[in-house]
Amino acid sequence: MKRVFSYLRPYVKECILAPLFKLLEAGFELIVPLVIAAIIDTGIAARDTAYVLRMCGILLALAVVGLLAAACAQYFASVAATGFGTALRGALFGKIQSLSYRELDTLGTATMMTRMTSDVNQAQTGVNLTLRLLLRSPFVVFGALIMAATIDGKLSLIFAAVIVLLLIVVYTIMFRTLPLYRRSQEKLDRVLGLTRENLTGARVLRAFCREEEEEKHFDEANEALTHSQKHVGLLSALTNPLTYVIINIGVIALIWGGAIRVDHGDLTQGQVVALYNYMSQILVELVKMANYIVTVTRALASGKRVARVLEMESSLAAPVQPGKPVEGAPAIVMTDVSMTYAGNAAPSLSHVTFALPRGCTLGVIGGTGSGKTTLVDLIPRFYEASEGVVSVFGTPVGQYDLDTLRGMIGVVPQRAALFSGTIRDNLLWGNPDATDDDLQSALRIAQALDVVASKPLGLDEPVEAGGKNFSGGQRQRLTIARALVAKPEILILDDSGSALDYATDARLRRALREDLAGMTVVVVSQRTSSVRHADLILVLDEGNVVGMGTHDELRETCPVYREICMTQERGGEAK
Amino acid sequence: MKKKLGKGETKAALRALAPYLKRHIPAMILTLFFAAVSVALTLLLPILIGRAIDCIIGVDNVDFPKIARLLLAVGIAVGATAIAQWLLGACNNKIAFEIVRDLRRDAMHRIRRLPLAYLDTHPTGDIVSRVIADAETVADGLLLGFTQLFSGVLTILGTLGILIDLNVWIALCVVVLTPLSLFVARFIARRTYAMFRRQSETRGEQTALIDEMIGGQRVVQAFRYEKRSQARFDEVNERLRRHSLRATFFSSLTNPCTRAVNNLVYAAVALLGALLLIYPGGALSVGTVFTVGTLFSCLSYANQYTKPFNEISGVVTELQNAFACALRIEELITAEPEVPDADDARLLEDPRGEVAFSHVSFSYVPEVPLMRDLSLEAKPGQRIAIVGPTGCGKTTLINLIMRFYDVTGGHVSVDGADIRTLTRASLRGSIGMVLQDTWVRHATVRENICLGREEATEEEMIAAAKAAHVHGFVSRLPEGYDTMLSEGGEELSQGQRQLISIARVMLTHPKILILDEATSSIDTRTERKVQEAFERLMAGRTSFIVAHRLSTIRSADMILVMRAGDVVEMGTHNDLMARGGFYATLYNSQFES
Repeated sequence: MKRVFSYLRPYVKECILAPLFKLLEAGFELIVPLVIAAIIDTGIAARDTAYVLRMCGILLALAVVGLLAAACAQYFASVAATGFGTALRGALFGKIQSLSYRELDTLGTATMMTRMTSDVNQAQTGVNLTLRLLLRSPFVVFGALIMAATIDGKLSLIFAAVIVLLLIVVYTIMFRTLPLYRRSQEKLDRVLGLTRENLTGARVLRAFCREEEEEKHFDEANEALTHSQKHVGLLSALTNPLTYVIINIGVIALIWGGAIRVDHGDLTQGQVVALYNYMSQILVELVKMANYIVTVTRALASGKRVARVLEMESSLAAPVQPGKPVEGAPAIVMTDVSMTYAGNAAPSLSHVTFALPRGCTLGVIGGTGSGKTTLVDLIPRFYEASEGVVSVFGTPVGQYDLDTLRGMIGVVPQRAALFSGTIRDNLLWGNPDATDDDLQSALRIAQALDVVASKPLGLDEPVEAGGKNFSGGQRQRLTIARALVAKPEILILDDSGSALDYATDARLRRALREDLAGMTVVVVSQRTSSVRHADLILVLDEGNVVGMGTHDELRETCPVYREICMTQERGGEAK
Repeated sequence: MKKKLGKGETKAALRALAPYLKRHIPAMILTLFFAAVSVALTLLLPILIGRAIDCIIGVDNVDFPKIARLLLAVGIAVGATAIAQWLLGACNNKIAFEIVRDLRRDAMHRIRRLPLAYLDTHPTGDIVSRVIADAETVADGLLLGFTQLFSGVLTILGTLGILIDLNVWIALCVVVLTPLSLFVARFIARRTYAMFRRQSETRGEQTALIDEMIGGQRVVQAFRYEKRSQARFDEVNERLRRHSLRATFFSSLTNPCTRAVNNLVYAAVALLGALLLIYPGGALSVGTVFTVGTLFSCLSYANQYTKPFNEISGVVTELQNAFACALRIEELITAEPEVPDADDARLLEDPRGEVAFSHVSFSYVPEVPLMRDLSLEAKPGQRIAIVGPTGCGKTTLINLIMRFYDVTGGHVSVDGADIRTLTRASLRGSIGMVLQDTWVRHATVRENICLGREEATEEEMIAAAKAAHVHGFVSRLPEGYDTMLSEGGEELSQGQRQLISIARVMLTHPKILILDEATSSIDTRTERKVQEAFERLMAGRTSFIVAHRLSTIRSADMILVMRAGDVVEMGTHNDLMARGGFYATLYNSQFES
């Protein structure tokens, strides 16, 4: 939490001035009952019109000065709150970008989105509210108490009693209802979930004739929600009547006590009115404060959630002295590498060992969930291997500066994601300084020239978020071009031909072979046709290497590979 | 939703809500009664206390017996107000939450009877927000609005009446000056509207950027784009800060400004009252004798007078909102449901599995006919494969067999009976279906597999899971079959979700099987194993298979080749290859390299 508050530090001045001006305004408000008392006791009693006019002038002046003070307070609070929110958002964004895949996995995109947006906004509102209002209320409450004490010490005891009682009642109800509200919210989430499921799963649920059960579930959840809402509603409906009763018992005591004091000559009529006015101010402020506390509690919870992300550290330790590629060493070497994802019981990759010389092509083939992507994700150190060593150009990946390591490697991910902007913007991701010639040559190798040519604006054709205005195959070719623009020494194609037709896939592989002869390439695929020309093929099955060698060797020695070939080749027979 | 409603719409909304309100008429009458009681008693209080203050003149000049009587009256009034307030709250509570409940229930009951045509054409998020958020808004707006409007009007009228009774000039002063604070509030709101719009536009822009960069964080890191994305983010962030600052600051001036106006009114009333007291019988004094107690009462009323105005203006927006939302739910609740089962609908019992289309015509949109005159026949136990380019009507065929949609001409029959003469439940219960778009619900893996047969034993469930090759990866999940899946099953791959859907069907032993691209995301080797399991399961049962991998359908008894809603070729793989038509072209294209 300290980390979150540290973003308020540049606004220390505002954080002091805002409440200060707010207190000033509240102070002016506290003077009003005294002025009224003076009007009654001095002005009216002495029939002094000039005095009354003067006092009313003071009331007016108080209103105007109060307004000015409040405006200053609001200004400083707004500056501090928006500045804080902005800094926090920026820091959070930077933090998320510094996290490794492992932390990103545990956080999840949806969580990161809510942290960045609604949680930061809540925290910002919390700061604003605290500076503007939260400090004001206790000041008014205790200020009223003190003012009452200056008028009459004994009667102010009534005030003390009322304040204590009110605090107890308001906060007991609040803290009793908060968890109940949370539970109601959970029940509402359940109702929402069921509604969604009945829409998204309509076909499946109807196919299995589940409509009646679903209706029953929904009715139960709906009833439970209503029940819980009514319960908490009844409880919180107690707040208003109870505070009303307490305050007015105070008023009764005040008038009675005041009457006795006036009878004895210790107090005047105007002062009794003033005391009454202070009592009303207390009521108004306490009720307001209860509302602010709810909002501020929520903001604190948001702040804590943000803090948890800010306190996360990338699990990838940075090397003390960054390593360099070793001349003449093989491109990729894995030695007894295993990988278990956070939260998983069993490893997704076990005991992988291989060496790939420079300029060679590695094929990785295997079924769904066999560990193909896990294997290639270890090369740019997206994940840290749980066991064993992954080396690139003779140096373990952990000893490289991440920027250096990833600068040598071009990745074409399985899900072809483009970003909003133009085609050119997307291609420049690989290298911001690339020339148009560089882009053209990358597009040519990626078989994506026709994609650009087919668009009226060519390279400047706008791309929608996610690349929705391109087909799957077009996106995939553009992501390949994007990786090539960086002119990487190692190119990783993670199932990148899956959205391409067989002919384009074949042309792409030929172009890679012919135009980028010196490049080390890793091809992940479910298709034997994509890997059959590789210099080395790894066959993965449930995280284990069950075969290693060339296409022809594996056809002879590896039953799993043979089986994959059989299911994919014409006529089901080996050719 | 904040647009103004026309008169007709308000009426329509009220008509839609009438049946829900009707059930609560007694409670609503009580609500109004309690509101009236609580307003009247609350208004009485300043008068009682004012009179008590008049009994406290000075030393040895205090009328204790009268004060005691007045304070007793105050006590009783306060007690009664408190009870009335609580009962008011309790009534509102009951009415509001029960109306939401009823709205949601009716909406949900309607959803399950809506034809899939409706669900397919309306975005899920929109329907969900009608059931959840709109229902909430209706209840909140309607009932809080209802009582606040009532008690607000009562308070205003009551205060005005009492003030006039106390002193016309003071009443006039309050009536003339108070609206000033409303004008100020409205003025600020109008001026800040544009600032808020700019703030939310910038916020939207920022959210879109966050969405892309965080969602695509892997690519961002792979391309070392972090610094560049941070720069883009900081630029938007700074703009947002400027817009937020303006919007926050100017809108937060509302309260101090209205408070200042109130303080003005307060000062004016104090001045008038004091003058009245100094010059009794002067030009200003009319009606009752003006005392310090009266001044006290006047000041109290002046203080309270603006509150109901602010509340009412808020209530009007709330009510409009509520009506707009009510219309949206109403639309859903009154949407045309699917044709119910015929009264004399038969149960389809232990079917042989003969499925026939005769002269079926069908279209999703009347203007675009899809099927014109389709006839085909699947004999019991046959394996029928359907192939063809995207949009040719493969999935439609399945929609018609499952009776998700009804034919517009001709008929579909099972075992010779038109499926419209059968109950939907018995028809669908006889068919097992696996779709390309897998659906996983927020429940454990076990519950997901047992969706079609909750009573299945653990052994049966595991057997089905093994046959569908689910068992292996489920065992690797942290809690095995008890692992909770999120809605949509994000924690599993698309292929794994497909395997779970297959296990579901494996568990139900259907008489007829439909596989619509059921294995499209599964690798060929697993697919083959799953198919072997299907073959064992399907021995002697009719099945329909849609697949784009032609290798998986070669062994079908009959292949239907569809194009633009028509069956253009029909026969076995060898027949069709020999014919050298559309199928042969399709088949060969996948091996070109």
